[in-house]
Amino acid sequence: MSMVSKLLFLIISLSVYSSSYAEPDYQPLGNPAAELSESPQWNLSISTDGQGLPVGQGIASQGAKIFAIQCAGCHGPAGIGASAEPLMGEVGSLASEYPEKTVNSYWPYASSLFDYIRRAMPINAPFSLTADEVYALCAYILNSDGIISADFELNEQTLPQVTMPNRDGFIAIYPDNHSLLRTHK
Amino acid sequence: MASKPRNERRQFLQKAGLGAALTGIASTLSTPIWAKTIPQELTATLPAGMRQPGSEFSNYGQPSTHEQGVIRWISANSAASGNGVSWTPLHDLQGTITPNGLHYERHHNGVPAIDPAQHQLLIDGLVNQPLSFDIKSLLRYPMQSRTCFIECGGNSNSGWRTNPIQTQAGYAHGLVSNSEWTGIPVKLLLQEAGIKPEAKWVIAEGADGASLNISMPLEKLMDDALLALYQNGERLRPENGYPLRLVLPGWEGILNVKWLRQLRLTDQPLMSRDETAQYTELQTDGKARQFTFLMEAKSLITSPSLGMMLPDNPATYQVTGLAWSGRGKITRVEVSADGGETWLDAELQGPILAKAFTRFNLPWHWQGEYAILQSRATDETGYVQPTRETLLDNRGKHGFFHYNAIVSWEITEEGDINHVYGF
Ligand code: HEC
Repeated sequence: MSMVSKLLFLIISLSVYSSSYAEPDYQPLGNPAAELSESPQWNLSISTDGQGLPVGQGIASQGAKIFAIQCAGCHGPAGIGASAEPLMGEVGSLASEYPEKTVNSYWPYASSLFDYIRRAMPINAPFSLTADEVYALCAYILNSDGIISADFELNEQTLPQVTMPNRDGFIAIYPDNHSLLRTHK
Repeated sequence: MASKPRNERRQFLQKAGLGAALTGIASTLSTPIWAKTIPQELTATLPAGMRQPGSEFSNYGQPSTHEQGVIRWISANSAASGNGVSWTPLHDLQGTITPNGLHYERHHNGVPAIDPAQHQLLIDGLVNQPLSFDIKSLLRYPMQSRTCFIECGGNSNSGWRTNPIQTQAGYAHGLVSNSEWTGIPVKLLLQEAGIKPEAKWVIAEGADGASLNISMPLEKLMDDALLALYQNGERLRPENGYPLRLVLPGWEGILNVKWLRQLRLTDQPLMSRDETAQYTELQTDGKARQFTFLMEAKSLITSPSLGMMLPDNPATYQVTGLAWSGRGKITRVEVSADGGETWLDAELQGPILAKAFTRFNLPWHWQGEYAILQSRATDETGYVQPTRETLLDNRGKHGFFHYNAIVSWEITEEGDINHVYGF
């Protein structure tokens, strides 16, 4: 190496070294994925305004039949009092001595009910229900506490319009009050 | 013991070498002294392991068969065996690193078997260019290591019950473990995709039988979050998210999404089941605390603790335990033997790392009196671990999550240990 190139080498390696301290030096290896991002398998999450809901419909009476076969074994025939979480009843119990957090008493949005049943239930066969079956199950659960009427058709348009009884029951701790309880001796 | 002076040692070697050479040729010379003077009975009393070759090499080491009782305690749903938790046996462990096979588990629907060659991570939503990554590529990124605890939001929740649960320390408080996680700063990949200014939240999704999805602030992912591929030096165990998981130091376990397949940037939280129906804390007025991400300072005496006993007195016992805080370093742990009347500072074992387990130790002279052992942690922000009374005054008794009150072990005059709620 000539004197000049030696010096250059030194300067370059030094600059790589010092810049890598703040910004790591790496080769970006992500593959463009615009198409993937549009496909249904990568759009499972349903937002509160209904974005992501599949086309379909169902009413409570249809849901009742599916519930008895697919869900009652773990959640109980009335959706409460069995091995898995309670789903129905106990609306208005949250401030009482014995509060019960059911879908109908506690969940703030109907969108998450569809989102969750489709991806996770029945727990022994996730993603086994059709969109119509999930709408029907949601209708059955919501109707059991009068949140929607018996003939109300749940579909991708109507589901996000349902107002859950505990819609305003949550206080966001993050970011403003992240850590309220401070104790001092 | 000081070693022999060099000269003497050389002389000793020379003599021994000579002796060996001579015995080979001249049998008339006396046999070495040890062969003559160790009788059969003496050799027989040596440990068996010294009188025979040991077992062969192993490709992957396992704990001693004598330690088979040191296990995670499984508490699963009777109708869905992959739904539940398993607890780290904190009472059986020392130091600060949790062995990989004993890291606590919380699975919503079992452990998926993922072929890393098939696994993809998609980063999309409010980015300039949605990107997908395979595991092979991710392994080529610059990595960082971070020792931190991960704690389930539901850890210690038996503390909300009216009566103190009589369970060993780890099986009531061991939904927390501490590991060295190695992976890629999440920030790096988000920047590669290009973050749009409207992005505020990120919805993470796992590739398990619950397809667990949950929102988290973008701010945290840009701060100290890791895409972990390694745990304590080896690739993640399947039950800890193989091949890829999120690690959000100091924040609730549920956010540290395992088997990670997607990060979608949004302007709002999703309000999924696990950020509304679960991992929220109902208070007495019927309102629930939501997005309680931070795990507050907590400590626990792991020994002596329930299930052990103090065999004799007067005697000195080493009180030891763990302290941790999601907000930073532990600065102080105090120990009380009289239910919180008087406190002594325990020694903190270094290195003290932010958002990681800190081991504390304090020798205790026990004279056989009735005692209540407690520990109380303080972190670098000045937060002091609350008493159970203070916690319940603040949060009511139906919060279920984020129980971090002082734990009390009652020592009876006989040396038995019980869990009590203190004075
Ligand atoms: C084999 C038992 C089993 C069956 C069958 C089952 N579930 Fe579940 N379900 C569970 C368990 C266990 C949980 C708790 C999951 C967890 O801890 O993440 C749960 C949770 C839920 C929840 C969330 C409750 C909450 O408050 O967080 C809903 C909603 C639900 N199930 C609906 C259904 C519906 C609808 C069906 C029928 C299609 C069904 N489940 C069938 C076991 C079952």
